[in-house]
Parts: sequence; structure tokens; C-alpha cells
Amino acid sequence: MNEPVISCTGLTKRFGDFYAVDHITFDVYEGEIFGFLGANGAGKTTAMRMLCGLSLPTSGQARVAGFDVYTQTEAIKKNIGYMSQKFSLYENLTILENIEFYGGVYGVPRPELRARSRELVATLGLEREARKLVGELPLGWKQKLAFSVAVFHRPRIVFLDEPTGGVDPVTRRQFWDMIYEATTQGITVFVTTHYMDEAEYCNRITVMVDGRIEALDTPANLKKQHDAGNIEDVFYQLARQAKRTAD
Amino acid sequence: MEQLLVFIRKEFFHIFRDRRTLLILFGLPVVQLLLFGFALSNEVKNIRLMIADNAGDVSSQELIAKIRASRYFILEEQLADYSEIEQKLKAGAIKGALIFPAGFGNDLSGAVQLQLIADGSDPNIAKTMFNYLNSILADYRQSKTTSLPDYRIEPEIRLLYNEEGSGSLGFIPGLMALILMIVCTALTSVAVVKEKETGTMEVLLVSPFKPAYVLLAKAIPYLLLSLLNFTLIVAMALLVLNVEVKGSLFLLFATSTLFIITCLSFGLLISNVTSSQQTALLISLMGMMLPTLIFTGFLLPIENMPGILQLISNLVPSRWYYLITKAIMLKGLGIAYIWKETLVLSGMTVFLLGLAIKKFSIRLQ
Repeated sequence: MNEPVISCTGLTKRFGDFYAVDHITFDVYEGEIFGFLGANGAGKTTAMRMLCGLSLPTSGQARVAGFDVYTQTEAIKKNIGYMSQKFSLYENLTILENIEFYGGVYGVPRPELRARSRELVATLGLEREARKLVGELPLGWKQKLAFSVAVFHRPRIVFLDEPTGGVDPVTRRQFWDMIYEATTQGITVFVTTHYMDEAEYCNRITVMVDGRIEALDTPANLKKQHDAGNIEDVFYQLARQAKRTAD
Repeated sequence: MEQLLVFIRKEFFHIFRDRRTLLILFGLPVVQLLLFGFALSNEVKNIRLMIADNAGDVSSQELIAKIRASRYFILEEQLADYSEIEQKLKAGAIKGALIFPAGFGNDLSGAVQLQLIADGSDPNIAKTMFNYLNSILADYRQSKTTSLPDYRIEPEIRLLYNEEGSGSLGFIPGLMALILMIVCTALTSVAVVKEKETGTMEVLLVSPFKPAYVLLAKAIPYLLLSLLNFTLIVAMALLVLNVEVKGSLFLLFATSTLFIITCLSFGLLISNVTSSQQTALLISLMGMMLPTLIFTGFLLPIENMPGILQLISNLVPSRWYYLITKAIMLKGLGIAYIWKETLVLSGMTVFLLGLAIKKFSIRLQ
């Protein structure tokens, strides 16, 4: 773990007098799987959107891949991949067309694009479905495909916003295998989730409550500090203090 | 640049895989053109008229032959009594009856009476029928007048730019404005908002793809398809409806391209300020269809509207396009006569496009 690829200090997002994200400070290091835990409405997605350049912070500092989130969003966008909460591939495009479209949008050169699309389809074991419309795929496959597309252009950091929502446990496990695979290529993973078992897969996790970071450490350390058997207990201890109700 | 092409290719996939879009794009214009061109003609033809010839002399037969020769009437000749005429009128079997009195031809120079009974529940047809018969009668009277009266004023009427007074000829420019407005605006209005709804917009905004390119990539396929569509309409007007374009085809295409861009800009604007496809479609159809129908000027003459409505009509782009196409197609005029209208349309386009770009939020919330 060398220098931070994401670093923010006092990052805040306010809507009127509501602090969606309230002065959060943390660093994420290269090659790390950094988990963001929190109940619905705790501010996970808002925090992530600020880091991706989708939403302008109200105050505080943040740098992603070495670029400032206020002034250098274009440079940030070239260095990150993103997978949103909603399924974000085109249902009436085939698997291959989706891969080639997003690859093209990220500026992957054409000859390379064709070769690597085919390669990816093969790795996923989807050769036979490659020319099928994405709308016909089962949800688990869609999510795996969406993740592959998000890291297709080999970004430095990939942001995953609740990537495994509604997916069965077996597929979730496979999904996390893909995430590990990505980290071996040096991609830093920033992931939000509310599945506690997934938190155990992360190198470090933060627990967000009411827009603030209540805890930040490795899963093992957190369990020790809170004298808990698993992350779920840690989370309940911290989340009990929440005043905000889920949205 | 390559990124833009990738995006445009994707848009074409969307369009060609969606039957509804294709149907609106190419089905609607054809149906509307045929409907307006043939079925919804504002001319009155083939009026069913019953003739009760109680005179049965040379003069009455001559007159009946003249009426039959005109293409406006379908005659039913029989000696009928009033009760039968009334029954047929009630049943709608005839629209009117012309009754010759006995001894009609005896003294044409004296006061001769002819009775015309018309179905007043269809006032337009009744009036038109009355006018047709009047002119046939006047014609007949003139042919019978041997000695010229002292003053004779004979109006020579010509319908300039549309000599035959053909209904479809007058409709074509208006119809083109209507079709382009509906098709271009409605289809593009859905284009951007669809990506907001499915969540793909979020991913596009996180990508390095330039936000302005999103709008451009959305507009270009529809611009190309609308031009194709327009060509189809013109071809149909020329070949099927036998309309001829008096002026320059190039000028017609150039001004139509401008109008298409106006409509696309409007569609994009709607797309950028709404958040669901339904709202976008509702605004573009309800918000555009009625003003276009009312204020373009091809169904209702703008000159007859109250001042305030005439002012409002200036805001409707299709009104200016209608003036332009009418001038080019029917009158054969050049740019020297329509530069003002073209300028107004250009101004509207710049304004709408600018607003659309401004309203395109590149960030969420």
C-alpha cells in the first residue's frame, strides 16, 4: 500500500439544511478493495457520486487518481470505471454491441476493441450468447457483464454502487471472484453495499451513519474494537445511533 | 470523433430494433399523406341530387344534361312527389332535390321558377350545392340570351398557383409541416429521457464522452431519418398525389432541413427538462399537435383569428415553414421572397438548441 488514489478531507454535500454527506475524511490506496457500508439513505451513493464527478461537493477537498473533483472532472472520468445501482447496459443491444459501445465511448481504439471484446466474451463463457440481446440474459449474468464493461477500459479505480442488489448468493460469490481478479490487475475497487457478508471480502471498510463516517478499519480490527463476532454486529452497534430514517 | 460515430451507430440500433419508432417514423407520414390527400379533401364532389322534372320539355332536359355533365352531382331522376323527396332526404339517400315546375320551358324570358330543396343539416354541402347550381344556371341563362344587354360584367376567375383549385395541392405544404413537427419532435423528445429512465445516462455522464456529444449523437440519426422521411413525402406528393413543385427542389430541401433541425432542437429541449418518457411524449404530442394544427394556417386561416391569437401564431415554427414551402412549392418563388421567414426560423432554431444545451444537466441533482 503506497500512495492514496482517492483522498478526501471534510467532503460535504448539503441539500438545503440537510447534510447528505457530512465532513467525511478518508484515503483509499492503490489496489485496495475499499468497502462503503451503510443503511439506505446513509449517504453512500451521494459520496460516491461526488468522487465520480456526477455531483459537485458543497465543501471539503477530494482528489481522485490525483485529480481535483471540482476542477478536473474530465481527467478523473478518463481514469475511472463506474457501475450504477440501476442496471446500465442497453437491453436492446447484444452483449457484443454493448461491450463495443462502452469500449468505444471510453476511446479504446477500434482494432483493439474488436479483439478484446471477443476475448472478454470468451472469458465470461458467453460465446454462444454474444449475439443475443442483453435483455434476454438472467440478472446475475447482466451484473457480471456490467462489471466487465465497467473495467473494460482498464481504469485505475472502479466505483461499484451496490453491484449485487437482488442477485442470488452463488452469483454474488462469483461476482466477488471477478472483483478479486480485477485487483490483481492493479485496479482499485471502491464498493458500496449493505450486504454484511460482502464487507468481509473488503480490505478495509467504512461504516457510514447519517452522512458521517463512524468507523474505518480492516474488518478484523473492527470486530476486535467492537468485541463482535462478525461485521453484522459491528454494524448494528454503530447503526443503532442513527437518527435518520431510510429514504 | 470516433466516439461520436460509435454512439451514432448505437442510436441506429435502437431505432431499427424498435418497431414502434419505425412505425411512427415511416408509417405515420404515409397514412397522414394519404388521408389528407384523398379522404379529407375539402372539395365537395359527388353530391346526390334528385331531379323531379315535371316539365319534361327541351329546356328542362338541356339543363339536366348540363348538371349531369358537371362532376359535382350524381343525379337520380324520377317523377316524385314531395313526400318521397322528404323521405329520401331524411334517410340521407339524397342531399337535395331540384324540382322543375310543369311548363318550365314555355316562357323562359318571363319569371320562371325552379325549386331547390337542400339538406340543411349539412350546411357546408348545402351551400356548396347551391353555388354550383347557381353557376350552372347562370351559364345556361347566358347561352340562351340572344340579345346582349347594355352592361355585361363577366368576371374571369383564375385560381393562381393552383389553377384547378385542387384540395390536396393546398394541403401538402401544411401537411409536411405537421408531419415533420410531430415525427421529429416526438421521437427526439423520447431519446434522451429514455436513457435517464434506464440509468444508462448516469454511466454516460461518468464516462469521458462529452455531454454535448450526447445531444449531437441523439440528433444526427433522427436528422438523417427525417430527411429520408421528407424525401418520401415529397416523392409521394409528386407521384401519388400528382402535385408538382414549382420552385427549386434544392431550396425546398434546404429549408426543410432547417425546419427539421428546429423540431429536433425542440424535442431535445423537452427531453432535457423532463424525467420520464411518458411526460416527454405527452408534452411533445399534446403540446405540439394542437398548436401546429391550429396556428400553422393550413386548416384555419390565421387572418380570421383575433389579434392575440395571431400574435401567438408567430411563435409556432411550423407557421413559418408553411409560408416557406407554400411559396416554393406552389408559387415557385426563390430565396429573395422567403428570406425573412427563413431568418425567423433560423432564429428559433438557435434559441431552442441553445436552451436545450443549457438545460442538459451534466451532473445529477
